[in-house]
Amino acid sequence: MAMVVAREWREIPGRYNLEGTKCGCCGRIFFPSRAFCPDCRRESIGKMAPFRLSRKGEVYSFSVVHEASNINRRMMPYTVAFIRNDDGVMLAGQIVDIEPEKVCIGMKVHAVLRKLDEDGNAGIIHYAFKFVPDE
Amino acid sequence: MRDVAVIGVGSTKFGELWGESFRALGIEAGARAMKDANMGGDEIDAIYIGNMSAGRLINQQHIDALIADYTGMAADHVPATRVEAGGASGGVAFRQGVMAVASGMHNCVIVGGAEKMTDMDDVSINDVLNATADAEWEAGMGLTLPSLYAMISRRMISEGIATREEIAACAVNSHFHGAFNQDAQFQKAVSLDTVLRSGPVADPLSVFDCAPISDGASAVILCPLEEAKQHTDSYVKVAATMQASDTLALYQRPTITSFGATAAAAQRAYQAAHISAHDIDVAEIHDDFTVAGVMALQDLALFPKGEAGKAFLEGQTKFDAGRVAVNTSGGLKAKGYPVGAAGVSQIVELTDQLLGRAQGRQVKDAKYGLAQSVGGTGSAVTVTILEAI
Amino acid sequence: METGIISYGAYVPRYRIKPEEIGRIWGVDGKAMGSGLMINQKSVPSPDEDVVTIATVAARDMLDRVPAVDSHKIGAVYVGSESHPYAVKPTATIVAEAIGATPNMTAADLEFACKAGTAGFQICLGLVGSGMVEYGVAIGADTSQGAPGDALEYSAAAGGAAYLFGSEHVIARVNKTLSFTTDTPDFWRREGQTYPVHGGRFTGEPAYFRHVTSAAKMMLDAMGTKPADYTYAIFHQPNGKFPTRVAKQLGFSNEQIACGLLTPEIGNTYSGAVPLGLAHVLDHAKAGDRIFVVSYGSGAGSDAFDLTVTDEMTRFQRDRAPVLDRILSYTVAIDYGTYAKFKGSIALPEE
Repeated sequence: MAMVVAREWREIPGRYNLEGTKCGCCGRIFFPSRAFCPDCRRESIGKMAPFRLSRKGEVYSFSVVHEASNINRRMMPYTVAFIRNDDGVMLAGQIVDIEPEKVCIGMKVHAVLRKLDEDGNAGIIHYAFKFVPDE
Repeated sequence: MRDVAVIGVGSTKFGELWGESFRALGIEAGARAMKDANMGGDEIDAIYIGNMSAGRLINQQHIDALIADYTGMAADHVPATRVEAGGASGGVAFRQGVMAVASGMHNCVIVGGAEKMTDMDDVSINDVLNATADAEWEAGMGLTLPSLYAMISRRMISEGIATREEIAACAVNSHFHGAFNQDAQFQKAVSLDTVLRSGPVADPLSVFDCAPISDGASAVILCPLEEAKQHTDSYVKVAATMQASDTLALYQRPTITSFGATAAAAQRAYQAAHISAHDIDVAEIHDDFTVAGVMALQDLALFPKGEAGKAFLEGQTKFDAGRVAVNTSGGLKAKGYPVGAAGVSQIVELTDQLLGRAQGRQVKDAKYGLAQSVGGTGSAVTVTILEAI
Repeated sequence: METGIISYGAYVPRYRIKPEEIGRIWGVDGKAMGSGLMINQKSVPSPDEDVVTIATVAARDMLDRVPAVDSHKIGAVYVGSESHPYAVKPTATIVAEAIGATPNMTAADLEFACKAGTAGFQICLGLVGSGMVEYGVAIGADTSQGAPGDALEYSAAAGGAAYLFGSEHVIARVNKTLSFTTDTPDFWRREGQTYPVHGGRFTGEPAYFRHVTSAAKMMLDAMGTKPADYTYAIFHQPNGKFPTRVAKQLGFSNEQIACGLLTPEIGNTYSGAVPLGLAHVLDHAKAGDRIFVVSYGSGAGSDAFDLTVTDEMTRFQRDRAPVLDRILSYTVAIDYGTYAKFKGSIALPEE
């Protein structure tokens, strides 16, 4: 039985290494990657370069997810957040290694590689960035 | 471009309708609307149907064909178009219908909105709803749709725009009105305490901050304003219907405590209708989450920033409060939220209000009504203004 | 050409469970088990951690400490473990991608019970020393499984460390490496089985002690040294008792092995054990210190290393990544139920 793997494999540069794009015209940084800059539009075509975003940032907002889902069944409830990274770009991901009650807006965090989910016991394991508190 | 009128409306009950199939619901709503417009069906020359996700929820694509077929319109090869824009599917479908008539392309259009959600388990339904956020970088990373709205709430509270209680009060308002709506899923008022103490979904939002999973359908009939009298004496004018887009992902925006698409669509709508927010007597807003209701009132300029939550809390949004009546149908929270039907059912309620037929919750002298329909986290918004003639 | 360690990084997950708590469930005096093993607690990985994530944290810290090194110049990555997430599909390529080393490089996963990490050290030394690669990365990491109710459950822990080998700006020169290897079936796991099986007391004398002492004596002989010549000694540490005993047998003191002995506080991190012990020593070592390392992997074999810390260590930017003492200070105690949930011992319904 063939498993479809390309979809998540394509996203590895972003998922593992926070690789986004930088506009060659205005210098604005995007995550996830964009083929052209919404500000510079046509001028930016062909001028968007890969850019590795800083793994450091701080919490802009967060929530603790209690709903049953197929991910994180062994880590309920779990914290999700919008993180403003040191490049000034907003990122979205989970915050782990800290009790949900201790998370607060402004808390400094950094991105690490963790297991996101897997395609069942026999399928591919998906890794992606999650955030842990700076200690 | 000619003016458009709504000449007939109809809706099924909303709720967990185990005995009703998708096609049965669509037909029932359509039949009621046709009856309201005193029509037989031959008059219709185009169908628009708003539906978020029948492909996943009931494994049925090609909803356009299903509706055309089961309404009998396929026999005359009437063109049918299915519209999807997340939670705004109904609102966008309505606008497409209005454009079809206004442009002269079609003369008599039926716009339906329908969703059958309870044929799927809860966890999978949540996956479908989460797909209206950014599937790759929000939902795919574990950020559920409720958690996105919860993050909005947290910023609203930390920025002093609304308190937790004020946010929760949106649900109190919806349930207060739902108690008067015999087609509503929940017909019981609830206290603020009940909302605040309900189980957590995505902190700080709880079960009562979130609209339910529902089945249901609504339909409205449109024709040129100048021809409305040929069909019925009970009709209203579509004064404006505007639509706006925004980023797919919530976190890609400069602020998350306001939906720019709502503000843009509202500005365009007020301008086209030659009125201001102050003129709106009754509003149906998209309270799939309580915080969305609070934001809507502000983004629609119905209340100033920082005041919308207070308005809910103090009961200023009730049908008899004398300010702008909000969600007299019960809103998405109490009336129910069969997603694709939402935007169309708002038109049904507003039409009833403007025609003086809103049982038990009639807004006095309602002249202008506003409907706001939202997709995802404000990635698509329609704002429609109806005017009593 | 001087070859050796240019940088290193280490990581241990923060959750801890005590032998008393494990014993409580199985009706055994866990405290006594712990004393017998000289283990006070063991580390437990979070459900979203595995050998890939542990190896990646360690490798990224390793690179953070040498900002002048271009990750694309890494010519080889080897990850040694007995708990690779895939039986087929290497951990090494995922880690290589996550540290920016791909695509002009070679990689493979290694298995040799608890010495798969140091086996990787030897391969990298060979590749660097022969000029085949400029930099090689060898990682030892594990999230080892101890069967519920078995003695190994009290010690099987999680953690790992990554090493960058090269010939420039070497902070710990490898003076020599050699190994003692035989076919000795003291501890094994068949393909498809969840838990390893061990030969009870056979794992002592004929296995651990024979191979560690043989390799150690071979090394002292080859280098013409005595135990007293070394500042630090690191031995494989499946529990606290074995390395303490073998050190004494060979003539090393408790002071010499103290810094490199982490098992009492984190449990047996299998392929991560010696790499972590060495990392803790390197966190504290000074220029001129001499280090004696002997790993052990069941099946069986021991890799011995004689290292000298160089002057380069004074310029090494160790503080660009957290040292082990800091990482080990963040601990969260968990109960057996949480432990079972994290380890996947509780079967969840099919999705």
